[in-house]
Amino acid sequence: MQVTIKLFATLRQGRFDVDTLNLPPKTKVTDVIQQIGVPHKEVTLIFINGRHSDFSSELHEGDILALFPPVGGG
Amino acid sequence: MKKLDEFLKANAKDELLSWDAHKKAMKVFRLGCRHVEEAALALNILPARYKRNQKSITTALQRKLFQSKSAVIGCGGLGGYIIEELARLGIGTIKAIDPDIFEEHNLNRQILCKVSDLGKPKAKVAKTRVKTVNPAVKIISLVKAFSRENGPELLEGMDVVVDALDSIPTRIELAECCAKLNIPLVHGTIGGWYGQITTQFPGDNTIQIIYQNCKDSKGLEIKLGNPSFTPAIIASLQVAEVCKLLTGQGTPLRKKMLFINLLDMEVDQIEIGQTISC
Repeated sequence: MQVTIKLFATLRQGRFDVDTLNLPPKTKVTDVIQQIGVPHKEVTLIFINGRHSDFSSELHEGDILALFPPVGGG
Repeated sequence: MKKLDEFLKANAKDELLSWDAHKKAMKVFRLGCRHVEEAALALNILPARYKRNQKSITTALQRKLFQSKSAVIGCGGLGGYIIEELARLGIGTIKAIDPDIFEEHNLNRQILCKVSDLGKPKAKVAKTRVKTVNPAVKIISLVKAFSRENGPELLEGMDVVVDALDSIPTRIELAECCAKLNIPLVHGTIGGWYGQITTQFPGDNTIQIIYQNCKDSKGLEIKLGNPSFTPAIIASLQVAEVCKLLTGQGTPLRKKMLFINLLDMEVDQIEIGQTISC
């Protein structure tokens, strides 16, 4: 299945802004994060098709997965 | 105070009170700046300093702002701009809280930090600045660190709290404290070229959701620092949210987060709700 991955802010560095990956059925968010080499602690917000999701969420054909890093300065 | 009212009416021009007339009223009636402003606004007379607010904020709403109380937690990058803008906007009471002193590495972005202020407590410098900009504002400065323990005492009676902290765990404690006290919280945070804001209403748990995967971690700012322009932008957006909350105008960023990427000039608005496990 094809899933589009959108990375935000520093998650793009050395990776990509937007990419479409070919993934086996029942792939979870956590698998994708591992595949693209993002440490879990660098991801705080996960969205699938604009809906707030989590690491254990399962992806489906045509999904758009968006990942955000934590920001904490003031 | 009938005589004061008569004086203000006689000295107002087009329902505006000039600073000269304001000062004269203070002298004649031996009142503080704040008292004269309060009396003028009650008569629907606008201190002339707010003339450029008037098309966006009516005199009645300006009075509402004057009667409002806002706490700003952190007087650094975000907090400095927030306090400056709240004072100029005419928020009647501002509580500025920060335990730190100004250091050299604050000079690149913290609007309250001057070379002559190095070594001085940020909250105290905030007080001096507000008194210079808008003496009608009651500014309470506390050289203290916000914590879960002292939170209720620090925030009691506030109409809105503004998050200008630099720590994720403390930010979560602040959000929990505001929820318990039933106070809306305007969250803002920055890291490098990036920033985000949202407004949490009591019961929304927005901040807890945003940071649920990284409660104890450091944010991007550890790697990226903070350049001069990022706090100014995020702080201004936060003050716009405060103004809307206090005047009841517009649509706040409730259960939505604005994520701003200045490096690629992208702005994304995302919904923050219950987590969906598909």
